[in-house]
Amino acid sequence: MADDVWILGIHMTKFGKHPDKDTVDLACEAGMGALADGGVTMRDMGILAAGNLMGGPGSIGQMIQKQMGQTGIPVYNVANACATGATALRTAIMAVKAGECDAGLAVGVEKLAGAGLLAGGARGKDSDEWTPRGRYGAVAPVDGRIGTETMPGVFAQIGMEYGHKYGGVDFELFAKISEKNHAHSTLNPLASYQKRFTLEEIMNDVMIAYPNTRPMCSANCDGAAAAVVVSNAKLKSMPLAQQKRAVKISASVLTTDPWEEACQILPNVNTLTRNAAKQAYESAGVGPDDLDLVELHDCFATAELVHYDNLGLCEEGGAADYFRSGATWRDGRMPVNVSGGLESKGHPIAATGIANIWEICHHLRGEAGDRQIENARVGLAHVIGLGSACGVHILERSAA
Amino acid sequence: MPQQIPLVDYLALSPEPHLVAHECTACGARYFDHRNACANCFATEFRDASVATTGELRAFTIVSLAAPGIPVPFVAGVIDCGGTSVRANVVNIEPDADHVHVGMKVRLATQPVGVDAAGTEAIGFGFEPLERDPGVAER
Repeated sequence: MADDVWILGIHMTKFGKHPDKDTVDLACEAGMGALADGGVTMRDMGILAAGNLMGGPGSIGQMIQKQMGQTGIPVYNVANACATGATALRTAIMAVKAGECDAGLAVGVEKLAGAGLLAGGARGKDSDEWTPRGRYGAVAPVDGRIGTETMPGVFAQIGMEYGHKYGGVDFELFAKISEKNHAHSTLNPLASYQKRFTLEEIMNDVMIAYPNTRPMCSANCDGAAAAVVVSNAKLKSMPLAQQKRAVKISASVLTTDPWEEACQILPNVNTLTRNAAKQAYESAGVGPDDLDLVELHDCFATAELVHYDNLGLCEEGGAADYFRSGATWRDGRMPVNVSGGLESKGHPIAATGIANIWEICHHLRGEAGDRQIENARVGLAHVIGLGSACGVHILERSAA
Repeated sequence: MPQQIPLVDYLALSPEPHLVAHECTACGARYFDHRNACANCFATEFRDASVATTGELRAFTIVSLAAPGIPVPFVAGVIDCGGTSVRANVVNIEPDADHVHVGMKVRLATQPVGVDAAGTEAIGFGFEPLERDPGVAER
């Protein structure tokens, strides 16, 4: 199709600890890597979309330009919680689709190594005078007094709620999901952790928020990822070798959470994911059965379970049985998070929504080395940012 | 008796402790915080609506790692109070997976938060098991 948009080049840094690189250095490593991978330069780019969520230097896009090429193009600094990377990518895709330019660069970067709880990690002191403040008229901080604001706790409840609704879910099931992803990461040299854990080790590790123990939580780490997207016309002007490695963006969808009872109490990560998946499948003209691999947002083991269902990989209510069938292991019929996922590859927040695309592209190009999913033709990448935002991209191997 | 103030303004302490939601007069959607307009139907009129004081625990977690100053472990959960979902701690229960389970019936219970310099006592709330396990000590 004439208006198809393609990923021409893509790169991710090693996820982990990068004490000798600052946020901008990491972003540039990913950005320059993506340009080189696509055989283009900053001169070819018509837009730069960049995201950095937590405590970065601000205006990350302009700071990147100053380190790798100031050409005067528009910069969009985006923020969308854990969906920031996917939002940056989609911003570049939309600019190309709108005909404003024929090539764009999207970058996501974060430095989080050593960070603890990102939400609910600090609570204000009680004042010496009870004065109602804020939208709830609270006289004192409520975290820990009226539920929890910590992400491991919020996502634990999301998994437990699924179990309550459909049954067949327990602590061990969630731990087994984590066991899978840690096992997968042993084949990913760019993962933060490449250590296999036994089920016992996972269940007996430090409890963070039941049923999520430490290895069942996403790993805070440093990392960046970047992608170059181009129009169909631009792709056709590229050497055949580049055209063969290009990956088609068959769907790029972003949704937010529609109002539902209870969404003011516990974020509903289900409906917006279901809506995004439905739109993406329609847009791409494929269904879940056509997918060869999926990278989904396993920010906690409890989250991965519900997204099997939300992405339509299994029947409604059937996520526990689906996992127990072995389907989502890398040798199953629907490999999920063969990168190791956020629990083991790591979750440098704004990079995550491009890093999962990188993983899919690697398999579609047949360049994933030891962890290659053979003959992968179609893949899906999913991210959730609480608040909420959901990004779903469906990618297809080039026919060239 | 010292003067009392609720931890949040949607907790009413009298005549009996109960939660009060802001209910959209057009569609019935309920909110505990102050809204500019209804997130469901965009209407701007709200009325106070009392929330049932008993309910069913629909989801929970047992938080073992929290911000400094928050006593752990504690049970945080979502309680379905007659169709209105409430976020709260589950209190007066052993905070372990042998004692807490989804589907359990609970009721509203108030708890002291502390006394400020003027001597006013802040009162918070949680939900406790409707049927007290006789072997569980009061927490």
